[in-house]
Amino acid sequence: MFELFVNAVVAGVLLGGFYAAVALGLSIVFGRLDIVNIAHPAFVIIGSYVAFIMNERYMLDPILSSLIFLPVFFLLGVGMYRLYYVCFERTGQESLSGLAYFFGIMFIIEVLLILYYGVDYRNVQAPYIGETLFLGFLGLPYRMLVPFITAAILTGLVYLYLSKTFLGRAILAVSQDRLALQLMGANPVRVKQWAFGIGIATAAVAGALLIIIQPIEPSVGRLYIGRVFAIVILGGMGSISGTFFAALIIGIAESLVATFIGPSWAPAVAFGLLLVTLAVRPQGLFGRAG
Amino acid sequence: MKLNRFWVGIVVVLLAGLAFTKIADNEFYFYAIYAVLQLMVMGIAWNILGGFTGYVNFGAGGFFAAGAYTTVFLHKALDGPPLLVAVVVAPIVCGLIGLGIGYLTLRLKGVYFAIATLAVAIILETLVINWEYVGGAGGYYFLIPEKIPFFDSYIEWLFTVILVITLFAIVVSRYLNSSRIGQGLAAIRDDELAAECMGVPTLKLKLISTTVMGALMGMAGAPFPYFITFVEPVSTFSLLIAVNAIAVPMIGGTMTWLGPVVGAIVLGSIQEIVTVSISSELNMLIVGVVLVGFITLAPQGITGVYRDFRDKRRRRK
Repeated sequence: MFELFVNAVVAGVLLGGFYAAVALGLSIVFGRLDIVNIAHPAFVIIGSYVAFIMNERYMLDPILSSLIFLPVFFLLGVGMYRLYYVCFERTGQESLSGLAYFFGIMFIIEVLLILYYGVDYRNVQAPYIGETLFLGFLGLPYRMLVPFITAAILTGLVYLYLSKTFLGRAILAVSQDRLALQLMGANPVRVKQWAFGIGIATAAVAGALLIIIQPIEPSVGRLYIGRVFAIVILGGMGSISGTFFAALIIGIAESLVATFIGPSWAPAVAFGLLLVTLAVRPQGLFGRAG
Repeated sequence: MKLNRFWVGIVVVLLAGLAFTKIADNEFYFYAIYAVLQLMVMGIAWNILGGFTGYVNFGAGGFFAAGAYTTVFLHKALDGPPLLVAVVVAPIVCGLIGLGIGYLTLRLKGVYFAIATLAVAIILETLVINWEYVGGAGGYYFLIPEKIPFFDSYIEWLFTVILVITLFAIVVSRYLNSSRIGQGLAAIRDDELAAECMGVPTLKLKLISTTVMGALMGMAGAPFPYFITFVEPVSTFSLLIAVNAIAVPMIGGTMTWLGPVVGAIVLGSIQEIVTVSISSELNMLIVGVVLVGFITLAPQGITGVYRDFRDKRRRRK
């Protein structure tokens, strides 16, 4: 019983690390820029399919291929934001139409993937998939361990970027006081565009990690909507370290529920936690009060 | 004068529908029109909260499915009660769900409400998948009665039911749009803080709006098991339903009760034609593309574009 519990918690930590990679981009886009990009998980799925295609055609490692495609995803994000800005943000319609816009984008991505690749589950080949590292009674499958380490590195890099570099601080500034940034001579739209690009670029890596962990099909992304928003809100909207710890909490909670109650209940965990958070403490666990 | 014209229109449509069941003999028409009317009810329901009040609901599929599963539950618990029982009970259940979510999240920004509705849809789906009584993940076969008084076949009866539900939804939506409540809702949509300061009871109005939205969604879902005859969670909670419910008012226009009616006729007809002549996957793609196209290019919808066009011409004269 104790061993089962410890194994479930450790599996949850590994899973949570991966969730952090998925939520990272949204933490920047939703938490910092206040853009409700519900389509973020759909971009993660695109990342998975890119990794799948590169793996099948050229036997490329999924993480490596996601790094190659980082610039493409970055530009994709920049383009998405430009369209969003021109159509909604400039005219002040982001609340209703902007939400529906991302919802529509998500749906289109999903349907296009179904049209091209069908609803079959796809997976990738890599030397570390299928192997397990044993530490005593503790089993650490590499297909979970590799994504966890990658996600931790990614989170650390984004954290350093946002807190140490000039552009990173500009992103923080645009979320705090747009007008002041403008008065300092910086263009808030270009800063936001840059930040949105980074947000979508992290989806490329998250997608590669997702397809290492489990086989995917186009509609898998939908389950992640609740998870990532729960994580970002629980983590206090835009705090990178908060996002990481919130992701660990969700991962552990899901793993415990899957182990002791049943895997079919796991999807409801994140959404349930999200509802409770919204009702009780909307500023999140790591957010400032008020 | 306008009021009379509206009510005459309602009665004429109802009588025309009844006459149609006696004249038409190709069952396909009933199935096709049923689908369009169901779309219309959902669009109207979504618009009461989304268009009038300005709160986006992504969980339309969840409310719809909750209505459908209320029917399934009643069917099993009461051993096949008449359809009308479900049509009355389902809106009560779904209205209460709407009220509950509203209480939890409507004090926050609209964005959180939108995400919470998505959450509720997934939680309801997980509940139904794990609830063996209503069929669980495997689904539930629905035996429809062979004979039904006054109608030649069951689909004609279902067609009449959904027609009456649609007209009821239009009446409710028009009332909410033009009454004092509607003015309050519009004030919330335009500037919630200002409305609150002017003494508009914002929370109360938002709760009314959410409850009515939930109830109408549930009403749209209640006859669904009879229509489809096999209910299973994945297709009943389908994202397509939620996208459709948003697309209808976005295409037709969100400001008035007429918008979703026009939107449903346009979108529903396109969908029926594409599904029959090409394929149902392409149909889904078309919904998505049309939705995004309208939001980016014509956010005021068909009725809004028409109104602008008319105003411009009047000014020129």
